[in-house]
Amino acid sequence: MLWLNVILQGVLTGGLYAMFAAGLSLIFGVMRLVNIAHGDLIVLAAYVALMATTALGVNPLVSLIVVVPAMALIGYALQRGLLNRTLGEDLLPPLLVTFGLSIIIQNGLLELFTADSRKLQAGAIEVATMQVTQGLWIGVLPLLQFAVAVGVIAGLQLLFYRTALGRAFRATSDDPAVAQLMGLDTRHVFALAMALSLAVVAIAGVFLAVRSNFDPAIGPARLIFGFEAVIIGGLGNLWGTLAGGVILGVSQAIGAQIDPGWQLLAGHIAFLVILALRPQGLFPKVSG
Amino acid sequence: MPEPLLDVRGIDAFYGDFQALFGVTLAVDAGAVVAVIGANGAGKSTLLKCIAGLMHPRAGAIAFDGDDITSTPAFAVVKRGVSLVPEGRRLFPSLSVEENLLIGAQSKRPGPWTLARVYELFPVLAERRHMPATALSGGQQQMTAIGRALMANPRLLLCDEISLGLAPIVVRDIYARLPDIVREGLAVVIVEQDIVQALRAATKVHCLQEGRVALAGPASGLTREAIAAAYFGV
Amino acid sequence: MSRVAHATRSSRVGLVLIGAAALALAAAPAWGDRLTLRLLAEMFTFVALASLWNLLAGYAGLVSVGQQAFVGLGGYLLFALAMFAGIHPIVAILIAGAVSAVVAVPVAALIFRLRGAYFAIGTWVVAEVFRLLASQVSALGGGSGISLPAAVVLAMAPSRTMRELEIYWLALGLMAIVLAAIVALLRSRHGLALTAVRDNEVAAQSNGIDVWRLKFAVYVLTAVGTGMVGALIFLMKLRISPDTAFSVNDWTACVIFIVVIGGIGRIEGPIIGTIVFFLMRQTLADLGSVYLLMLGAVAIGVMLWAPKGLWGVVAERFGWQALPLQRRLVIAPADKHH
Repeated sequence: MLWLNVILQGVLTGGLYAMFAAGLSLIFGVMRLVNIAHGDLIVLAAYVALMATTALGVNPLVSLIVVVPAMALIGYALQRGLLNRTLGEDLLPPLLVTFGLSIIIQNGLLELFTADSRKLQAGAIEVATMQVTQGLWIGVLPLLQFAVAVGVIAGLQLLFYRTALGRAFRATSDDPAVAQLMGLDTRHVFALAMALSLAVVAIAGVFLAVRSNFDPAIGPARLIFGFEAVIIGGLGNLWGTLAGGVILGVSQAIGAQIDPGWQLLAGHIAFLVILALRPQGLFPKVSG
Repeated sequence: MPEPLLDVRGIDAFYGDFQALFGVTLAVDAGAVVAVIGANGAGKSTLLKCIAGLMHPRAGAIAFDGDDITSTPAFAVVKRGVSLVPEGRRLFPSLSVEENLLIGAQSKRPGPWTLARVYELFPVLAERRHMPATALSGGQQQMTAIGRALMANPRLLLCDEISLGLAPIVVRDIYARLPDIVREGLAVVIVEQDIVQALRAATKVHCLQEGRVALAGPASGLTREAIAAAYFGV
Repeated sequence: MSRVAHATRSSRVGLVLIGAAALALAAAPAWGDRLTLRLLAEMFTFVALASLWNLLAGYAGLVSVGQQAFVGLGGYLLFALAMFAGIHPIVAILIAGAVSAVVAVPVAALIFRLRGAYFAIGTWVVAEVFRLLASQVSALGGGSGISLPAAVVLAMAPSRTMRELEIYWLALGLMAIVLAAIVALLRSRHGLALTAVRDNEVAAQSNGIDVWRLKFAVYVLTAVGTGMVGALIFLMKLRISPDTAFSVNDWTACVIFIVVIGGIGRIEGPIIGTIVFFLMRQTLADLGSVYLLMLGAVAIGVMLWAPKGLWGVVAERFGWQALPLQRRLVIAPADKHH
């Protein structure tokens, strides 16, 4: 029963990791950009939520109403103003610019908020639990977070495959030059994709802030979790990313149960094993 | 004499340091079908790319319906009513046939072309509407590419080497529908290596040779010798 | 007989200048005080680290944000070998290089399955794994780290002055060896293959260059150098901990900034970059995180508007090279009529 609980916790944590990964995966899919600052943007969203809850006096989950549009706007401006300039054949510029951005965000947050650990309070929901069956309890908040993750991924799938905007994303990803011939301003399309990615980042950031302590330096670790979830699940498949996140979460939970110091290591090892045995991931999208 | 719909005047185009077009001049009247022929590398595709806004000439000017579009970016040129069927079809592999057609209408220009009408023109596409676009045969892909360009309700359609890689019977089938396409007064520029089809379909012909206009005139008035001389530069 | 010439006038001037600088630096204990020597030694280690990263990213196209894995590995190996096997620190540095090579092979086999930016993050994951493993080794201080015991320090040399001289010349020597090895590699036909790969990987492959093996070899060689420099760095610091050994900020962020600002893909770049970096650090270090913030902004600016870096801009403008690495075909008169 103990192990079942452990695995269940891992599954629910995996939902959060899948949310970290979804934004990353989206951007890579649309414009082949890997945003090294992705994790730091999640932390930035957490701090934006901190400011919103302090200023407005609302529950962090309610602050999403403000944080999501704010981050989306930041994403649009970031892509349009900076990252669009790095896109192209050469691998180095986007990598190095987003790496530089990561350093800037981390140190900027350090200057503004100090290295103090923070956490947002969501009230009673944080400790509420539900009984699933005899001896098996789960927290309401982790369950909510998992449900939101599933909802986000379902929403993204819907957007990509059933809407005109999604069509525009896919076409621009396939062939940016011909997409222009359709009347699509690719600068604008890429910026919309980044805005969408940061909207997802905003949700992930708020849940992160409520769930555990955060400080300016924890960004890179979130990037790594998101990245590992994407690779384990398989590139190009959002539901695969959910599976990847779950596997990562469960590996970490099992590792933590064996020895608290083994939590992160267990996750990395699971990632490396998958990389060794099935480098294309568990559910890669078959190229059509 | 009314102003031409498309007025290309003395454009020079470059790929880096390599000059592809030298002072090319061309005019297309509303509702006319103009052919641009020439050997490989003569500059035909470059000319179309400049008109469509994918490239910009370093000298000269391009005017469409009186407005200067020399340095207008491609996505804005489409909105004015110029649509390009790119060389090699270049359908979007991630999109189905129908999605490829729908994205053609992204610029939301008003006009007679709708999904229904494209399916009427090319019934075989309706049967395959939900298949991935790249799963179709070459001829069907070409039809999809033409349909996609038509969905933007252009006033000027640019066709880059429609016959490339297709069997002659398929090419004839596609060209047979040209009258249906130009019914409402759509102007067309056809770039072709297949001279026979081009001359049959067009009223005016330009021949490019190594980036220069070597010959221009009404399709009916040109002899085979004159064309061969202009084509090959002998 | 036509031949390939490497030297140009600027490279002859460059060699002379470099020779003069080398002599001056070797004689530094004569004209420099303790602090200067320490600073120079630190600069030498950064020139070496940056040159190695430049070889990996600028020539082999492998952008790694995880070289700290080998810096830390080298450091921990030095401590372990010196403390538990009583090995002299200098020998330990060499062994650290060898072990880094052995470790680099399976690491490369794994992460070479990833491409581009995903490869970069993969290298970061590996560094994280090393860091986590290091904090599990209680014999070496676990999570809080350990200091080099006095006995080991004394084994190097009896007096502090002697030790500092030893460290200084070690750093100078290691930097010289690393640079010489890189130049030798680039002058060889493998270096020619590398430049081909850098310019156009697909074309290089179709010309018979085994791109994968070349990159693999460069990765392992870079690991050797990085491991040795890492060992030396922690010998200098006298204390190691998982967070300092495997710090992304110290060993990757600063190194990347040095190479980008100095000029990526050119051997002179890391040298120029290190000088600029240390100048900035000496004048601005009090600002703490603002300093890093500015560094990040400068790097982004350079990447967007002067992607070839300081040396790159100068070299292209004037056609200079400080070292004879260019390849020009000098056609002998007899061959001219072909």
